[in-house]
Amino acid sequence: MSAVVAEHEHDDHHDHGPEKGFLRWIITTNHKDIGTLYLLFALAMFFVGGTMALIIRAELFEPGMQFVSPQFFNSMTTMHALVMVFGAVMPAFVGFANWQIPLMIGAPDMALPRMNNMSFWMLVAGILLLASTLFMEGGAPASGWTLYPPLVLQTGAALPFAIFAVHMLGISSIMGAINIIATIFNMRAPKMTLMEMPLFVWTWLITAFLLIAIMPVFAGAVTMLLTDRFFDTSFFDAAGGGDPVLYQHIFWFFGHPEVYVMILPTFGVASTIIPVFARKPLFGYSSMVYATAAIAFLSFIVWAHHMFTVGMPMAGELYFMYATMLIAIPTGVKIFNWTATMWQGSMTFETPMLFSIAFVVLFTLGGFTGLMMALAPVDFQYHDTYFIVAHFHYTLVPASIFILMAGGYFWLPKWTGNMYDERLAKFHFWLSAISVNILFFPQHFLGLAGMPRRIPDYAVQFADWNMVSSVGAFIFGFSQLLFLYIVIQTIRGGTGEKVTDEVWEDAHKHSLEWTLPSPVPYHTFATPPEKIPTEHF
Amino acid sequence: MKTKQLFAGLTLMATGLGTAHADYTLNLMEGVTSISKDVYGLHMLVLWVCVFIGIAVFGVMFYSIYYHRKSRGYKASSFHESTKVEILWTIIPTIILIALAIPATKVMLEMDDIKDSEMSIKVTGWQWKWEYEYLDNGIHFFSSLDEASNKARQLNSGIDPRTVPNYLLEVDKPLVVPVNTKIRFLFTAADVIHSWWVPDLGWKKDTIPGYINEAWTSVEKAGTYRGQCTELCGKDHGFMPIVVIAMEKPDYEAWVAEQKGIAVESAAAAEKDWSQEDLLAKGESVYANNCASCHMADGAGLAGTFPAITSSAVVTGDMNAQVELMLNGKGMMPAFGQMLDPVDFAAVSTFIRNGLGNSVGDLIQPAAIKSLQAAIPAVEYDDDDEQTSSL
Repeated sequence: MSAVVAEHEHDDHHDHGPEKGFLRWIITTNHKDIGTLYLLFALAMFFVGGTMALIIRAELFEPGMQFVSPQFFNSMTTMHALVMVFGAVMPAFVGFANWQIPLMIGAPDMALPRMNNMSFWMLVAGILLLASTLFMEGGAPASGWTLYPPLVLQTGAALPFAIFAVHMLGISSIMGAINIIATIFNMRAPKMTLMEMPLFVWTWLITAFLLIAIMPVFAGAVTMLLTDRFFDTSFFDAAGGGDPVLYQHIFWFFGHPEVYVMILPTFGVASTIIPVFARKPLFGYSSMVYATAAIAFLSFIVWAHHMFTVGMPMAGELYFMYATMLIAIPTGVKIFNWTATMWQGSMTFETPMLFSIAFVVLFTLGGFTGLMMALAPVDFQYHDTYFIVAHFHYTLVPASIFILMAGGYFWLPKWTGNMYDERLAKFHFWLSAISVNILFFPQHFLGLAGMPRRIPDYAVQFADWNMVSSVGAFIFGFSQLLFLYIVIQTIRGGTGEKVTDEVWEDAHKHSLEWTLPSPVPYHTFATPPEKIPTEHF
Repeated sequence: MKTKQLFAGLTLMATGLGTAHADYTLNLMEGVTSISKDVYGLHMLVLWVCVFIGIAVFGVMFYSIYYHRKSRGYKASSFHESTKVEILWTIIPTIILIALAIPATKVMLEMDDIKDSEMSIKVTGWQWKWEYEYLDNGIHFFSSLDEASNKARQLNSGIDPRTVPNYLLEVDKPLVVPVNTKIRFLFTAADVIHSWWVPDLGWKKDTIPGYINEAWTSVEKAGTYRGQCTELCGKDHGFMPIVVIAMEKPDYEAWVAEQKGIAVESAAAAEKDWSQEDLLAKGESVYANNCASCHMADGAGLAGTFPAITSSAVVTGDMNAQVELMLNGKGMMPAFGQMLDPVDFAAVSTFIRNGLGNSVGDLIQPAAIKSLQAAIPAVEYDDDDEQTSSL
């Protein structure tokens, strides 16, 4: 299979730098350029989605309606989620995949470079289309990112545009996923077996299969919404013999694996970073691989735990409760393995490690509330309250987002050849780690005390913790400007200190990218590497 | 009056975390039913299990972070596998999970046991109010956000929510139930999905158009219990609270008798001839409760989304067409034919034609509305097609 690599090695691709000027970024098929595009776009969307979150938290700072109308508030919660999921977190991990997978498996580029370019620009078009709905008559979709009918069918002019945006984002994701699978299966260095791949590559391989399985399901669901609204079908309309709950089943069959699309690569990056700074091989490599696969499999058979209150038959409730509880086992294995990796290591605490440790701790908190919610009878209380909001934000913000930051600090010196400012970065870490807890921890209390989610105003007994949460949100939000500053500073020369090829002590023992020069040349692994690092499995 | 309120507010704030402020809670409420107590017990059990696991895992992790660091000169060992511990930390969580699943299943089955209920109440979710029908004695009414909260929650209303009693958790007409009675609830919805939640009862249930969901409760203690809609249902999702008043049985019987009297009165009121002044006076408050959240208190509407009432061609045009639109709804406009009784309907219809800057000069009588309502076919989801107009 890897003979393909040799055939492609004709002169055109030899020491042939990037296109000059702006056009480089439009027409590029280079995995590093496209990775950069993905990451920068994701960073931009992180700030767009973050601004929406701050609008939400500003309105919720005090009881009473101060800034926005309830309808616009609902648009904000909806768009915040869609932008963060499809515009920030997913593209950021695709950006890492583009940069890192070829480097980690010793491939010269992604398997399908032109499709790679197309999937990026399709993403941009999809997000722009989605954002344009904010300016349409009737406003952006305001039915929550889950787009439940019948409510979503009350959307104004925006509905068909939002649906088409979802189609485009889906096509983009599927193309990205196909590319990743093709690359991993066909372009590994000849000496690297599947069970010798870095865990980041493994988690993305599994994630890519999830994406291919679920994006068409979501596309189908929103297409049914489209025909219900415009072509007189009644898939989800009870009056026409349809079933509004059917949509929820289809949506969450997509939606639950979708949340794992955002967390599995997170696991991969954490499993890459922690061993390097513990100066120890990853504990239980093969059980990590199996646990990832187990979580991916389980993600397909637990969807209705998002719908415990729709009135399912008892057998359904019990099945989905038991199945959901099972997820705790492979997830627990992962957390124990990371802990065991740290155990008796020789740890140092550079910023990537700090973010990774914070991830393990805070993701575990999100996992605990997940276990609590798995118990269906208790979920009858938790469901659709701020307890849920706290739960999934713990699994996304101090988990996925923190690991994206960790990965950024970890690989940026390799990609640019420049070291970031460690003192500023640590300051950024502590600001983020403290404020994210001020932001989300009180939301547990709010939910338990009875505050429903997605409300623009609340009873006065919820005032204190909402105020605390909003203060945390603003500190967290503005702290991220520091991250932006550090990234720009590093790209433009960093601290002036040139980094070594391995950047981090003994990193070359863990993964192939650290055997390359820093900054990484535009073209790498034109000939596959002879020696495969062994520390990571 | 206003200065007095302001003063009261200031005193509250001056006393620091005053009464309206201090009653926040950190944990789930235990509630007032056997189920809510079981749920609370389960919640505490799983919470303590998590705390215990957390202390163990984080304890090991932080021990390691403290002692196994390079700056202390700790040399890394190179172990990276142990089938024994891997099996151990797969089996122990499995046992813990089974230990949690058993009590959870018990509570689940108990919640599902709807038999031997002594009375039934049908709950219908509407954008944005609740409809309650007592299936055993025919009592039937709508329940929506009370006027004080509704005024205070308008954008920049200038009213401090802390001065409004039970801000956003008060309704014009609460649901009244007897204590120690097994009540079966039936849930459905008229437009979009809602969810009916009173935390003290221990559960919530979605109300879904085309579905009838069931749940039961038996309140052990007389009192007032408050909750909210918990499924995003559009613009005013945050403004459709639930209030349940649980009464001792004799009090409840008295309430039922009173309601029946009111029903007879309002049926009579629908028959008599009303003067325009009376209709206008009543119409103003009906408008404030039902129309103002979209068409605005002054009838100016919201450009691009909600049409203005003032100087509207529809409102000031042919009365039959205007009444027909209100009866059956159109697009975002809900069908009020089922929601308002004939008197309220006639009153608000007369009010919008002759108030808010309009002056058509005519009126419509409740009796006329009553006959129009009788002609509305029962909504198709409704299995026991009781007409709203029957009260």
